[in-house]
Amino acid sequence: MWKNYLRIVLLTGLVGSVCFISPGSFSLPIHPARPDSLNWPKTFGFGKPAAAQQIARLDTDVRPDGKGLPSGSGTARRGKTIYAAKCASCHGATGVEGPNDQLVIVQGLTDPATKAKNKVIGNYWPYATTVFDYIKRAMPFNQPGSLTNQEVYSLTAFLLHANGLIKETDIINAQTLPKVLMPNRDSFVPDDRLNTPAVR
Amino acid sequence: MIEQNKDEGAPGPRKMHRRTLLGGMATAAVVLAQTANGKTFQAGVTRSELVYPEDPTKVPGVPPGTVGTRSPHVKLAKLPSETSSRTPLQDLFGTITPSDLHFERHHNGVPAIDPAQYELVIHGMVARPMTFTLADLKRFPSVSRICFLECSGNYRSQDDGKIAPQQICGLTSQSEWTGVKLSTLFREVGVDPKSTWFLAEGGDSAVMTRSILTSKGWEDAILAYAQNGEAVRPEQGYPVRLLLPGWEGNANVKWLRRLELSDQPYHTRQETSKYTEAIGDGKVRQFSFVMDARSIITYPAYPAKVEKGWIEIRGIAWSGRGKIARVEVSVDAGKTWQPAELQEPVLDKAHVAFRYLWQWNGQPTEIMSRAIDETGYSQPTLKELMAARGGNMGYHLNPITAWYLQSDGQVLFKAT
Ligand code: HEC
Repeated sequence: MWKNYLRIVLLTGLVGSVCFISPGSFSLPIHPARPDSLNWPKTFGFGKPAAAQQIARLDTDVRPDGKGLPSGSGTARRGKTIYAAKCASCHGATGVEGPNDQLVIVQGLTDPATKAKNKVIGNYWPYATTVFDYIKRAMPFNQPGSLTNQEVYSLTAFLLHANGLIKETDIINAQTLPKVLMPNRDSFVPDDRLNTPAVR
Repeated sequence: MIEQNKDEGAPGPRKMHRRTLLGGMATAAVVLAQTANGKTFQAGVTRSELVYPEDPTKVPGVPPGTVGTRSPHVKLAKLPSETSSRTPLQDLFGTITPSDLHFERHHNGVPAIDPAQYELVIHGMVARPMTFTLADLKRFPSVSRICFLECSGNYRSQDDGKIAPQQICGLTSQSEWTGVKLSTLFREVGVDPKSTWFLAEGGDSAVMTRSILTSKGWEDAILAYAQNGEAVRPEQGYPVRLLLPGWEGNANVKWLRRLELSDQPYHTRQETSKYTEAIGDGKVRQFSFVMDARSIITYPAYPAKVEKGWIEIRGIAWSGRGKIARVEVSVDAGKTWQPAELQEPVLDKAHVAFRYLWQWNGQPTEIMSRAIDETGYSQPTLKELMAARGGNMGYHLNPITAWYLQSDGQVLFKAT
């Protein structure tokens, strides 16, 4: 799906774009507003090569295919204790009480207004890897970046289990996390507003 | 401000009303003061101390200072909440937002970043992974452009109608941004032609991440280090932010510290759990970057009151798809529409000012504006928008905003 989307965007993006030619070969900017551009060197030589350790220190992002997941593992059972100590104060004892974002599904809601707000990991998020990535980078809110990979794996397992997506004893690690299927994944569609003046 | 700005008070020496000021609050104005030896110098005073001479032409004025000040008559303020702060659109003129009034939206506060320690890393699908200091970035060929920024969660309503443009859609502002084109850096690091997406990461405590189309980087993205002639403000991403003209605010990652070139999106929390919108039939729209065309009448608008007679209806219009082609105004609740005058320059992906001269007969009516951009997209009503999205509200709401003029001159917001 993303491949098709890209094709559309790239095609439309290129029409009327004069910023570069042939991304395959050396791409020379030929913006007409910059008559000096033709004199641009291939590189300016500013900046310096990024050291592998510097990249490794910053590069914690995790893709849906699992790229970026570190070693280590966790279970919901271990996550439960960590959650109670480090997360429950803001997200509630069972992840639904708040005061901050609801993290766990409330089952059996009937009122449409309450149901519409019940958009959480278990019934809204398309990829389980995002849970790991986000907790690792941004939580706990008052001490972001303080959790070990083991803790993040366990908290991820705890939240996936609380949302009814895995068993309490399932081991979550770099191999198993990308395989957790999220029920809402196929609901996500690319932007359908492009190339039409219609209201969408 | 247009109405509230009137100079009140009787002639003669006047003292501004004494106000309770927070201890140590910033200077509100400058006045002349005298040293013991009679030399005048410029001193900061709080509003409570400001004295007006009977005739300002009979006393020397304030000498030049190091920074300018706002007139103490002008009370411009953003409207903060826990997570955002809104631009007072109804109090502004023209289309450039004063930098200190630019809207704010961040996900765990404004970080303090030492510019001397700042580094931007570009890696992933590139020939040469590189880091750039702030000084490095400033050495590259530069570019400036005026464009708007807008949070894609930028629509509020209120049943009693007592809300100003600031509350309705104050999460949009406009600046002249200066920086280096991202395409220039893409060339410098040798971006792999197979790269289709890149991750932009902020150095704030939310460590904000968004996946951006690499084509946008080649097209018109800028790494901005300046805003309206000075360094980017901390609230706006000091020292460097990503600027994606026409795209939703959240993707314009502030405090930018890292770009990773990839061949697929990352599906970060901010592009899955948030900044996605239900559009009916159980579908959720994702990566809806472009901001649709929108306009709002900023005068007359709540809380202003008007009198019957000539009124210049004023407002702003913008589109993330390109230039505004025209703005139409209705003074009869949407039955008929007339073209408004657009103030030059009409820039691509930028707020443009419009005006429409009208004589109000004092009868209650509704006035509203709609923007049409160069792609032919016409700003819808809220009902049309919701109908197109299966009854859902959410991100990317850009409805026509109506103002109800009561016979007593009160102006109230009305949803369309
Ligand atoms: C001090 C309060 C606080 C603590 C403690 C805290 N959080 Fe949060 N959490 C928040 C806030 C506030 C947000 C929303 C942030 C935003 O929208 O930018 C949030 C958002 C989240 C989200 C995203 C929710 C969604 O649906 O998008 C997850 C997941 C999460 N927190 C997990 C955790 C975990 C796991 C812990 C414990 C390690 C934790 N949080 C601790 C305040 C907290």
